[in-house]
Amino acid sequence: MATEPTTTPQTLTSELALQMYEQMRRIRSFEERVNDLYRSAKMPGLAHLYIGEEAVAVGVCSALHRDDYITSTHRGHGHCLAKGASIERMFCELLGKEAGYCHGKGGSMHIADHEHGNLGANAIVGGSTGIATGAAFSAKSRRTGQVAVCFFGEGALGQGVLYEVMNMASLWQLPVIYVCEQNFYNEYTHYSETTAGEVAARPAAFGIPEEEVDGQDVRAVFDAACRAVERARSGGGPAFLTCATYRFHGHHVGDIDRGYYRSKDEEEQWRRRDPVEILAAWLVDRGIADRSKLERVDENLAAEIAAAADAALEAPYPDPREVNEHVYA
Amino acid sequence: MSTPSTRALPKQHEGTREISLAQAVNEALAEELRRDPMVFVVGEDVAEAGTPFKVLSGLVEEFGPERVLDAPISEAGITGLGLGAAMTGMRPVVDIMFGDFVTLVMDQLANQAAKVHYMSGGNLRAPLTVRTTLGATRRSAAQHSQSLHAWLAHVPGLKVAVPATPYDAKGLLKTAIRDDNPVVVFEDKMMYSTKGLVPNEEYTLPLGSAEVKREGEDVTLVATSSMVYVALDAAAELERAGISAEVVDPRTLVPLDRATIVGSVQKTGRAIVVDEGHRSYGASAELAALIAEDAFWHLDAPVRRAAALDVPVPFSPVLEDETVPTAESVFELAKALVGKP
Ligand SMILES: Cc1ncc(C[n+]2csc(CCOP(=O)(O)OP(=O)(O)O)c2C)c(N)n1
Repeated sequence: MATEPTTTPQTLTSELALQMYEQMRRIRSFEERVNDLYRSAKMPGLAHLYIGEEAVAVGVCSALHRDDYITSTHRGHGHCLAKGASIERMFCELLGKEAGYCHGKGGSMHIADHEHGNLGANAIVGGSTGIATGAAFSAKSRRTGQVAVCFFGEGALGQGVLYEVMNMASLWQLPVIYVCEQNFYNEYTHYSETTAGEVAARPAAFGIPEEEVDGQDVRAVFDAACRAVERARSGGGPAFLTCATYRFHGHHVGDIDRGYYRSKDEEEQWRRRDPVEILAAWLVDRGIADRSKLERVDENLAAEIAAAADAALEAPYPDPREVNEHVYA
Repeated sequence: MSTPSTRALPKQHEGTREISLAQAVNEALAEELRRDPMVFVVGEDVAEAGTPFKVLSGLVEEFGPERVLDAPISEAGITGLGLGAAMTGMRPVVDIMFGDFVTLVMDQLANQAAKVHYMSGGNLRAPLTVRTTLGATRRSAAQHSQSLHAWLAHVPGLKVAVPATPYDAKGLLKTAIRDDNPVVVFEDKMMYSTKGLVPNEEYTLPLGSAEVKREGEDVTLVATSSMVYVALDAAAELERAGISAEVVDPRTLVPLDRATIVGSVQKTGRAIVVDEGHRSYGASAELAALIAEDAFWHLDAPVRRAAALDVPVPFSPVLEDETVPTAESVFELAKALVGKP
């Protein structure tokens, strides 16, 4: 039942590299606008921004087919967009509007986009590890050739369920790729205070191949993801990627004063390794694009984002009576 | 009517001061940590961060990281560790950041902590305290908004507190820590900034003692946690409509002060239970059943309930606001029950 039997692009063509640039930029601009919406009190609740980590979602999702599965986290906008979601429907969801992906029922932390294989963001740390592994089990049983990617922050390494499902994934050689977004903080606590031993030793204990990747370099992420996806798709079983990255903003949009848990200096150092800039420099260096071409991409995106946000702000809320719909299928 | 006019409950008198519910919790923990070296606090982001709600700010500075421990994101493990420590002489206070995560610790609480004393024929004890939250309307969606206190109140062996005021929160938490049983304390995260009067002197409150938060004659509103304020606001509006409502706050669901609740309904002859858990099989069902059983011959009307809709809590404000009892909805319910137009 697999749709679109496209092959995984194994080499990074100029065209794909440009697409990746555009996709990372789209995530960045989308989220900058989300931050503005929060700060101008137009968005209810909170959002956890992905800014700084774009290369992970884009590098991994560029190695996937449209019908491959992903599961996402509370910091999920990047995964969602990288898997193909529409910005307008995402803005609508974040604003609690009827036209949103979940008709306003989910909000920032629960966007699911089944048309692109996105089985949902999740507000429970580690909460989607079972779902991703089960989707991989299903793909294998149904012989669809699909793979499943489980995105999670290193905070999820604390959850026992992750180890239960990794064990099964390895035992049963399931086509699942665990992508650990190692951004060094579990909310306001450095991961070294919560994580014993080496991260790599954990998948190794289950016999799952592990790779450590520079999560700021989308090309490196893409290469590693292609290897893992290729192996999983051809029956080689699960993989585990640890992508070192950094969230440039706070844990959520309201986390402004961060001095008590991480230094300005550290933030500055990571900002110098901006994934969007790293790819831009490579594109220019390779002569694939010049700065003015990239600026045009940025300008087009700015217009696209502005139009989508305006439309979402104008869009109607759901009818309050919908509150009782969808409790049962 | 929706203004939180009634937030400052007790009258100002000598020897009290006004503090927030967050400060009250903080004081209770600090006092117990000072008093008993066996008390410690463990949870996610409880130390330097002082929890996302800043309820524990300053504790690690005073008591150090051996007694205020930042844990990995391992709710089941933290609670299990707390239980083991409790069974061997310590008095842990486990912090579960959101009430929704009690689902992750249900085995440790329901199968382990709740049963240890009974299964051991009384030989073992589990003086474990778990603090967590309940309550919707923060626009936090389905996995950060639930009120799951009824789940725990259903398990024999666990005690459950649902304080509404800073005074109650402080007094009950101190008692919970000193209690030889596992006690789960639910605080509504919307109430952390709610202010109230608290004595300067040290005090504790017994578990299992309800309080009449407002006296009245025509109808009893039995309300839990933040629903106490909803009931008080409704009562103020009812008074303007010529109806005198009594508000009873059980303060703990287990043990439950049946006498005060039943006594109030025997006096007024009508009862509405207001609770933020889901309506079906919830705390409101238990409280309504108690009234129906024990105050039946005094009732002039059926017992009514105002509870959360039986739906996951939706994100969109226009939907979420439909799911919880409000002063308006309780007012309408009471008016209809008393039979005034
Ligand atoms: C089971 C569970 N425990 C606690 C939380 C509260 N919480 C939300 S995000 C977070 C930190 C997550 O860190 P990490 O997994 O590294 O992801 P990051 O936020 O860094 O992307 C915590 C503790 C939660 N949502 N779920």
